[in-house]
Amino acid sequence: MSDRTPFYGASQQFPLTRWSVVEAARSPNPEQRQRALETLISAYWKPVYKYIRLHWNKDGEQAKDLTQDFFARVLEKRLLDRFDPARARLRTYLRLCVDGVVMNTDKSAQRLKRGGDVTLVSLDFETAEGELQHLPIAAAGGPEELFAREFARSLFAHAVAELRTRCEQEFKTLHFQIFELYDIDGGAKELTYDDVARRFGIKATDVTNYLAFARREFRQRVLDELRKMTATEEEFRQEAQSLLGVKIS
Amino acid sequence: MTWIDDATLERLRRAADSPSLEGTRYTLIGKLGQGGMGGVYRVEDRQLERHVAMKVISVPDAEGELSRRLLQEARIIARLEHPGIVPIHDTGTLSDGRPYYAMKLVEGQRLDEYVSGVTTVSDRLRLFLRICDPVAFAHARGVLHRDLKPANIMVGPFGEVLVMDWGLSRMLFPANKPEPQPDQNALQSTDSSAPTQHGTLLGTPGYMAPEQQTGQPVDARADIYSLGAVLEFLLTRMNPGSVPRALAAIQKQSMATNPDQRYQTVKELAKDVEHFLDGLPVRAYPEGPLRRAWRWILRNRAWLLLLLIYVVVRALLIYFRPR
Repeated sequence: MSDRTPFYGASQQFPLTRWSVVEAARSPNPEQRQRALETLISAYWKPVYKYIRLHWNKDGEQAKDLTQDFFARVLEKRLLDRFDPARARLRTYLRLCVDGVVMNTDKSAQRLKRGGDVTLVSLDFETAEGELQHLPIAAAGGPEELFAREFARSLFAHAVAELRTRCEQEFKTLHFQIFELYDIDGGAKELTYDDVARRFGIKATDVTNYLAFARREFRQRVLDELRKMTATEEEFRQEAQSLLGVKIS
Repeated sequence: MTWIDDATLERLRRAADSPSLEGTRYTLIGKLGQGGMGGVYRVEDRQLERHVAMKVISVPDAEGELSRRLLQEARIIARLEHPGIVPIHDTGTLSDGRPYYAMKLVEGQRLDEYVSGVTTVSDRLRLFLRICDPVAFAHARGVLHRDLKPANIMVGPFGEVLVMDWGLSRMLFPANKPEPQPDQNALQSTDSSAPTQHGTLLGTPGYMAPEQQTGQPVDARADIYSLGAVLEFLLTRMNPGSVPRALAAIQKQSMATNPDQRYQTVKELAKDVEHFLDGLPVRAYPEGPLRRAWRWILRNRAWLLLLLIYVVVRALLIYFRPR
């Protein structure tokens, strides 16, 4: 989780409220650009790393270097300046940029050890590598699907962490505990609202209200994070639709 | 941080997507489907102790455009009180800011699932006529559906047909104008005195009229094209050789590229289908005198047979009459 990375804290201190990373990256203000990159990295470094590991079949060390290399290029080459929201979603654009970085590296076979020599940011690759062990190979799917799923995983992890923090700050830990029980641990399958009410010593109506609060806040955090990662309202809507598109069982 | 596996990812998607129903009379039961702009949920109305369907905008709507569309859809459906159109119960805004409307919960099968159990051409045509009925009613009330297709047609447990998903529908004339009589030709609204709706690229390829696909003005004849495509769907699931020419001609005329060459009203289309079912000549398939005579013979074969028997018996009686 990105709370182990230094930049995510910075992003929280200077939130890009209502600013997409694309707008911020084009800002003449270097601080604004730096924050844009930090926000981008916080959401995308795990998807990029896992994508390189799984889709490009690179080993852990190569994937680490290529991930660092990729974000270094985003900064140096100002790749976000070239992004055209009319032609693709930001997520797709970034994935294609990752493909470009990996292919160029493969072609030259003399990759500048940009990522290896200069560490742009400190990323918790061990955790990301550990998470890969949980991924079923069969579920990897096509490159776009793989990248989208890992992006969703990263974004949801951020939103859960933010929800937990907010609930703790506002003394609503019970709200989060019920959310965790139902929606993270999957307790909804076995537990009724009455069961949960008995467990926490509250009324069943409180369970539904607390859960509704937590879900609403979680949704808002997901959408806030997503808004930063999209350039236009249309792209935001499309991404929200694909991110929240629930499979009908 | 807890590892989010694929199952948790799906649960979190569901959590973020689920409507906030606190403060309403509804309790969430589950999700029924997902459309372009909203999800449809099964909810319990606690006051009336019944299950209803609730449509909720599921994507962000900062500019309020989708909310306006949802309200417009609800108002259009509310205007169409017909047994073949799902009634609206309630509209409002949830505590998470998302607008919704509640409607009757339809328990049944989509036409594309139901049709495999309907084996004869005549039964399928009767089913088709029940689809035409609410569409003709909507046209008479000045409403175009614009997205007619098998997936938007439900068949209930007693064979009742319901035309669903009026999300792309448009009014041909405003609600505060006097409504024309139900038997009045809905296409009068395409006269120069009445506005036609400029089509958009919304719709379903294969069921969308050419003028709708190209963003041209559309009128009731765009829905007639879609009904023709639904008829084609019903017929092509049969043995290809078993579709009579007259019926194929009806379907072809419904789907003519030029709207002027189509049936001009749903009523005309339905009448031709009824004529076909009754063994009468259909407008879409002009016949020569011989063919017409043969059809007349076939249609009156019982009477003709009786007449023939009478004539033969009479002739035999005369022949064998004792002299």
